[in-house]
Amino acid sequence: MKKVVSVLLSAAMALSLCAGCSSSSAPETEAQEAETQAAGAAEEGAEAEQAGEAAEGVMPAVAKEDLKVGVIHIGNPADGSGYSYAHDQGIVAMQQALGLDDSQIVRKNNVADDDQTAIDTAMRECVEEGCQIIFATSWGYMDACEALAEEFPDVVFSHGTGYKSNGKNFNNYFGRIYQSRYLSGIAAGLKTETNKIGYVGAWGKDNAEVTGGCNAFAMGVYSVNPDATVYIKTTNSWYDPEGEKQAAVALINEGCDVIGQHCDTPNPQLAAEEAGVFGVGYNSDMSKDAPGAVLTSTIWNWGAYYTEAVESLINGTWTGENYFGGLKEGLVDLAPLSDLCAEGTAEKIEEAREKMASGEWDVFDGVIECNDGTTVGTEGEPMSDADITGNIHWYFKNVVEK
Amino acid sequence: MKEPLIRVVKKAELGRKETLILRLEAILLALVAGGLFILCLGQNPFVIYQTILTGALRSGMAIQATVKIAIPLLIASLGVTLAFKMRFWNIGAEGQIIMGGVFASYFALFHSGWNHWLLVIVMFIAGAVGGGLWGLIPAWFKTKYDTNETLFTLMLNYIALNVIVFLREGPWRDPGSQGYAKIARFDKNASLDRVFGIQFGWIIALVLLVLIWIYMNRSKQGYEISVVGESQETARYAGMNVKKVILRTMFLSGAVCGIGGMVQATGSDVTLTTAVAGGVGFTAIIVAWLAQLNPPAILLVTILFSILEKGSSVVQSSFGLSSDCADVLQGIILFFILGCELFIRYKFVFRGKGDVRA
Repeated sequence: MKKVVSVLLSAAMALSLCAGCSSSSAPETEAQEAETQAAGAAEEGAEAEQAGEAAEGVMPAVAKEDLKVGVIHIGNPADGSGYSYAHDQGIVAMQQALGLDDSQIVRKNNVADDDQTAIDTAMRECVEEGCQIIFATSWGYMDACEALAEEFPDVVFSHGTGYKSNGKNFNNYFGRIYQSRYLSGIAAGLKTETNKIGYVGAWGKDNAEVTGGCNAFAMGVYSVNPDATVYIKTTNSWYDPEGEKQAAVALINEGCDVIGQHCDTPNPQLAAEEAGVFGVGYNSDMSKDAPGAVLTSTIWNWGAYYTEAVESLINGTWTGENYFGGLKEGLVDLAPLSDLCAEGTAEKIEEAREKMASGEWDVFDGVIECNDGTTVGTEGEPMSDADITGNIHWYFKNVVEK
Repeated sequence: MKEPLIRVVKKAELGRKETLILRLEAILLALVAGGLFILCLGQNPFVIYQTILTGALRSGMAIQATVKIAIPLLIASLGVTLAFKMRFWNIGAEGQIIMGGVFASYFALFHSGWNHWLLVIVMFIAGAVGGGLWGLIPAWFKTKYDTNETLFTLMLNYIALNVIVFLREGPWRDPGSQGYAKIARFDKNASLDRVFGIQFGWIIALVLLVLIWIYMNRSKQGYEISVVGESQETARYAGMNVKKVILRTMFLSGAVCGIGGMVQATGSDVTLTTAVAGGVGFTAIIVAWLAQLNPPAILLVTILFSILEKGSSVVQSSFGLSSDCADVLQGIILFFILGCELFIRYKFVFRGKGDVRA
């Protein structure tokens, strides 16, 4: 029993860690790294007598028939929803896109991400079964990936959400989920009638990812409704079903009529539905959970990365770079808008999406006014990825902490 | 007075051979019942059983992983055996493992610059002391206030677990983890070396096995443990200092478990997490009893358990069976094997049939 509880707790915690954490150190020097890596790669390629086919990759190409892909899941994809399910959908999408056989995918489920020995065992089994690339989907797998990448230089360890990498056979992947949050903010800003919007956040200002996500949401709101205020209430937990519900109810009692969220359960949306107000979900399309309230949801589409990564290994173009995809790459997206959305929502969202997808503009570009009267950013300059993922400890001007 | 339909009667001691046959029958029945369970899941039991075996032993890497699972289980089982021999119900191996890991981790984290072998020896002693002190607490209360050791040791497990949580969230939080609560991976200098590709904790475990076997069967202190276990009055009458025996034995029991924690943290995990014990302290109780508190048998049972666990993990990925199925299988096997102990010690007499006396 105790074991079950601890497994559940750790799973929940790690799951939420993953949902919330970010690859902050990585993207800053991504461009430079990529350059040096490409240069180094060319040399290595020549050394490895693979110069012909692996001109830009740092790992030898793997024939598609010989390829085996390992996946380490913190939960069980068979649950049909949630974090591991979303990742596994991505694996399935990759498998279909590349035409791999079922036997070429090795899944390790329910690997608690704080049990180093279990992680180690699971990954070694993947190596033993012949996997050339292993996707480790949970934050806590990071250190094990680092150690095993050193021990098995011929196997690629691709780690989701952390911040470590070695530029060769150990990289890191995460995404610009804030872009999708901005779009969902538009739906919320157009829908509200009380001009009070609630946001259930996992953590306060210390956490750059939650804070940045809330800001992106609030900026989306502001872009269509400058009079509206976003009230954020934090639960101090990644996963707290009861606390998330209570936070949502408190916000609704304050007069909020749209509830956004950055936490792991659909409970804020259920609370909104119960109170007859609206909401914006996260992680998966939560209109399944609360069809009477959800306008849209901020969602992940991991298949975009998995397909690209495995394909590059087959082509011999694996560079070992970190991956930080957004709307453009299709890694993050917005669930279909429900009929509950205000008129004109789709057009406004499409407009903003175009700008971000084309790379013309991004959420944190230029000077941004904070709610304490200060400003951040420089006119005409985009915010660096490192700042986006690690340094957002301020709130946008229309945000109020509750 | 009417005779009851069935009576349970104590049997005379069975011979070794009969006992062995009964146990083998129990294992066979367990495999059949487990097979039915697998069949219900739509899989071929023979294939699954075979995969469990090959998955655990098919290659050098697989064997290494199996042994790695066995190390803490073997050490902890030996640890609880010392206490159980004394009829002291030490359910606290989990906590003693954790405290051993915590004490050793202090040196791994903050003195990683020391000479490697000095550091390993210090961590070893720290692990033993940590686990030993954690085992001494309930023993002291038992001798002083006659507290219930089962509850006491059990409760201490949760305190130990939260000691790690406290250290992880606060003083020992990895400064490089960008705000997320975890303890840093240990320096290479502070991790145990490998022998045959496995951290050398397996050598420590085997040495402990021999030492404990000798201690229990060939030493005066080991004899005292048995006597206190059989009857404290007898022990007292024989002039033994019962309190001293209890305190000493529980310290040793905890110390051995603590060594298990040290080996797990510095050898396998290379960091300290809340999963350092990971239920091993509870499984060890089952292992110790299945092996009748006999160290060589403990080794055998530990190996079987480790094969089951490692093999199940391969079954999970090869056949898509949930890893929970392995727990069910384990449960079925335990049910039969523990159940057969009843038939070894007792017999059932139906109304009107046979002799009631043993």
